[in-house]
Amino acid sequence: MKPATRPRARGERERLLVIDPTADGFGEYSIDDLPQFLAKGDALVLNDAATLPASLRAGPELEVRLMSQLEGNIWLALCLGRGDHRMPTEERGTPPSLVVGSELSFGYGLSARVCRVDPDSPRLLEIEFQQQGAPLWQALYRAAAPIQYAYLSEPLALWDVQNAYAARPWAVEPPSAGKPLRFETLFRIAARGIALAHVTHAAGLSSTGDPALDARLPVAERYEVSEESAARLRAIRDNGGRIVAVGTSVTRALESASASGTLRAGSRHTDLRLGPGSKLRFCDGLLTGLHEPTTSHFSLLEAYAPRALLDRSFRHAERAGYLQHEFGDSCLILKGALTQEVDSIRTHAA
Amino acid sequence: MEISRTATLITGASRGLGEALALELGRQGARLVLVSRHGAALEPVVHRIRDAGGEAHALEADIGSKDAIYPLAAAATALVGPIDLLIHNASELGPTPLRLLLDTECEDLERVLAVNLLGPFRLSRVIAGSMALRERGTIVHVSSDASVNAYSHWGAYSVSKAALDHLSRVWAVELGERGVRSFSVDPGEMDTAMHAAALPDADRSTLAQPSVIAARLANVIRSTSIANGARIELSSTGAQS
Repeated sequence: MKPATRPRARGERERLLVIDPTADGFGEYSIDDLPQFLAKGDALVLNDAATLPASLRAGPELEVRLMSQLEGNIWLALCLGRGDHRMPTEERGTPPSLVVGSELSFGYGLSARVCRVDPDSPRLLEIEFQQQGAPLWQALYRAAAPIQYAYLSEPLALWDVQNAYAARPWAVEPPSAGKPLRFETLFRIAARGIALAHVTHAAGLSSTGDPALDARLPVAERYEVSEESAARLRAIRDNGGRIVAVGTSVTRALESASASGTLRAGSRHTDLRLGPGSKLRFCDGLLTGLHEPTTSHFSLLEAYAPRALLDRSFRHAERAGYLQHEFGDSCLILKGALTQEVDSIRTHAA
Repeated sequence: MEISRTATLITGASRGLGEALALELGRQGARLVLVSRHGAALEPVVHRIRDAGGEAHALEADIGSKDAIYPLAAAATALVGPIDLLIHNASELGPTPLRLLLDTECEDLERVLAVNLLGPFRLSRVIAGSMALRERGTIVHVSSDASVNAYSHWGAYSVSKAALDHLSRVWAVELGERGVRSFSVDPGEMDTAMHAAALPDADRSTLAQPSVIAARLANVIRSTSIANGARIELSSTGAQS
């Protein structure tokens, strides 16, 4: 599938591939059609994490990409060598080797100290920023740029990687499933009696350029389900409403928070991996972007729909010119989305 | 709305009404992010609030600069959580002595609009999406008597404030159903540096103290009976404060 090579221009059509595991079929729509696939009493759950500029330079030989905030000022980080985002990650040079205690200076008064080097990969570090509070955040936003990959033609601005409803800057790559959602569509969804709910999930790196490290993705990521969201979503579930996650990050947060059988509020880290054979406890449907069948992202899709149906749908999408990656087109996987019977289910749920 | 523990962002908080409001809301327990073009000027305000047991953080940003807005909103929410109370207080008068419209450079009008209108729009646009999703939040626009009365020499400033008043009303219409409130306030004539720059010959003894107006504005923010989208004259709310 071809990648979207730039953020969408205003008014540009965004396509929606609707995959219905019950009907064992798919259909083509526009993202503006999303409300018609949801029914009164359902919930659409958004990840309200804003995206940090998480790419820092400590000289021409070293790029440091923040991966996950571990605690306080300590972050898990990935080192990349010579080159920049225009170069495929796997072709980047070998970064200088760093040891515990190495000082990293990123300019604009931002600096960090290496406090751990991964025993299996010298490219994986734990670093501690030497600044804190407002000076840390101001310096980070001056020194860093959004993480981006070689398929994008131009440098990204901070606003290119934000969803319209984002709040706390927790994600290091955009939770991009929400990117095509405009408030016009969200308000239409709310007006139909569908709850707009949210969790916050620190979406992490999608690629490291190293197959051994890629196999360790996603690393443990921080997420939070507020008391308010948890109570609301439990009530929706109890009343027979369907929970549609916007993005794999929301799926991971909700499935992690409901691992005990009931959705628990709280702020935790999760390294939950979902794939073929995973039983989803809380989520019924998924709105997501289109990605390569080889990624962990695609593997999670197999928790929602059989591989054969996904393959068939995505082959069609490729032929039909759908675009993949964070500025690409969308796909909704929801049982009953395309069948007539769903109308009676909807009426019943209402 | 409840002020205690509320994540609050105030622009133009280093002096005048913004400073007074920061001190007042800090006293009432708000979690404050204070913004000014001059970061160093915020430090004494932040220290006074912290010394009194409150929470305040200083962020340096020029509200009139497009590139400043996302970093500002993100840093603010990183520090105190999603913003529930957003107060657009930063204001640009334009060159002083104030000029007739025929003597006003286009660039000067653009700068006034950038700070007084576009900046608040951009910042609200980044922050109010989360408010609409979370179904709560209040946006306050600090306006002026000049937004409804046309005074000679106040052209650039007054058109920016008239537009700001209407921006506030449209936010209220579009976001009211999602639990977000928006209103504009006319603080009246106060004894501030901006007032002195605009009207250097004014009799200061006739001007209200910013601390008095700040306390009234805090009452307005707490009140649940004010119609969404209202424009409130704080000089006439004294009896209730």
